[in-house]
Amino acid sequence: MSPEYQIGEGSLEALFAAITADGRRIWGPRAAAGCIEIGEIRSAGELARDQVHPISSAKAAAFPRVEKILSYRMDGKDVAIDDPPLPARPTVLFGLRPCEARGFCALGTILNWGTPDRFFNARMERTTVVSIACTRSDEACFCTAVGGGPDHPAGSDLLLHPLAQGGYDVVVLSDKGRALVALAPDRFEPARGAARIALAKIEAEFQAQEITEQLPRLFDHPIWSEQSLRCLGCGACAYVCPTCACFDIQDEADARRGVRLRCWDSCAFRLFTLHASGHNPRETQGQRWRQRVQHKFSYMPERLGVLGCVGCGKCSRACPVDMDFKEHLTEIAKFS
Amino acid sequence: MDELQEKAKQLLEAGTVQVVIGHAAGRGGRRPVFVRSPAQAGKLVHDDGCWQNLATYLGKPEVRKLGRAAVVASPPVLRAMVQLGAERQLGNDEVMALAVVTGGPVRTLATLAAIEGHLASLPDEPPAADRTELGRLAAMTVPERRAFWAEQLDRCVRCYACRASCPMCYCERCTMECNRPQWVPVASHALGNLEYHIVRAMHLAGRCVQCGTCGKSCPLGIPVHLLTLFAERSVQQHFGQGGKASGKPVFAMSTFRPEDSETFIR
Repeated sequence: MSPEYQIGEGSLEALFAAITADGRRIWGPRAAAGCIEIGEIRSAGELARDQVHPISSAKAAAFPRVEKILSYRMDGKDVAIDDPPLPARPTVLFGLRPCEARGFCALGTILNWGTPDRFFNARMERTTVVSIACTRSDEACFCTAVGGGPDHPAGSDLLLHPLAQGGYDVVVLSDKGRALVALAPDRFEPARGAARIALAKIEAEFQAQEITEQLPRLFDHPIWSEQSLRCLGCGACAYVCPTCACFDIQDEADARRGVRLRCWDSCAFRLFTLHASGHNPRETQGQRWRQRVQHKFSYMPERLGVLGCVGCGKCSRACPVDMDFKEHLTEIAKFS
Repeated sequence: MDELQEKAKQLLEAGTVQVVIGHAAGRGGRRPVFVRSPAQAGKLVHDDGCWQNLATYLGKPEVRKLGRAAVVASPPVLRAMVQLGAERQLGNDEVMALAVVTGGPVRTLATLAAIEGHLASLPDEPPAADRTELGRLAAMTVPERRAFWAEQLDRCVRCYACRASCPMCYCERCTMECNRPQWVPVASHALGNLEYHIVRAMHLAGRCVQCGTCGKSCPLGIPVHLLTLFAERSVQQHFGQGGKASGKPVFAMSTFRPEDSETFIR
């Protein structure tokens, strides 16, 4: 894809000001105590760009960790239900990695499986994704093993390529991207073929297809309990994952009124599948780990035609006991 | 083969234990490892990068199934074993520790009493960096401290990595999972997060082994360990106990004594 525009480093602040003046919030990587996370940023100066990845995921912008989906009041024997207004604030996600942008494709597919997810969709319709191609990677990265790459266009509305002279080449990938350019047209110059910083080289150590083919045979294999022995059963991997979509429904209520919330949930938790009877079909951490891999690499491709993993490696970086996803997947692929 | 690897190998060869829980090289750091044959003993490492409190694994059903375990144990791991023993979570016949101090000799400790004896000669306090942070928190006014924690806890996503990595958070069903009724909001909004972290700190007060693993495990770098360390220090100051160097602890937060000096409790 050839770039239409380039934007100078010095023009980013004006672009941010134009986006804000248009009434949109901007989310992107920012420095927080102890890490680089994704959250609201108000100026280009706040945008963190030196990291391979921020620790948290941009999915929270469209699929927040807790969200009110209805409220209700008891009125005698009747129940009055109020739908909350759909989220309307337009958002620009600025400075995502292409893999994370691509994650929105899988996330949107699973959240709209069967019943359209109007909360997620309302946000995504008003969200513009600006990603920056990767010129660096780390050992946790494996986008090229799952069909992505350091400048993969899927999920992005604008894709920026860092230039050697500073600033970026700008590839317009959608109407939403074009509309963003139109907010500050004089800040985008025609592309002049300036030298780009070389893209990161990410060698694929396996191909996702090998794993997808392998998994049905491996359901009862001891590899799951072996790989997950050190897993502590927390939800860090799921909560930083751009494609993990599981949620729990919680009512916070008293006798007269309540709100219904949907909250992120994780298949690593024992409670995730615990039945009211006390039976748990996924009693061991090995079975729960198997679910994580099978869901992303077998069930989602089979049922939805999309992989549930974009190879960003966020789960590996967030894991307190170094459950290295790339390493585990490579081991699984080796069986073939 | 270094002394740690040699001792682990001997324990496995002799059949004294079936697994040695330690740390090995991982992706750019250290990771927990379960060494089950003498030939794998060479994987074991111990240095300052080994910060997980490995005593956490002693109660995990998947690990217990492997047989008797020896644990490569820094002082906080040993304190956790003593406290787990006192709370009847670890039997004396299940104890096997390869006690390590960075740069020091490795000692094999096979009873809770031996661990207590070993700990008696070691300082029982959090690392210097944490003591500095605790001092900074203590110097704040209450509104300042409230603002500090409100900002920090607002970032919490309730992944429970802090709870999962803590050797003293061994409850099979945590208060957070008691949902009939739901005692504490599990949603990661401001109130839910505040309640969760206060409940955890209160449940750890007088039991915290001061390893700091909960804070290091937080993917977002929220220093949640300062809450439990702060509570632990308060218990030590007000009740003169805590510390986990004794197998006969008095539980400050769950003990009733008729002669208690506070009148409200009588």
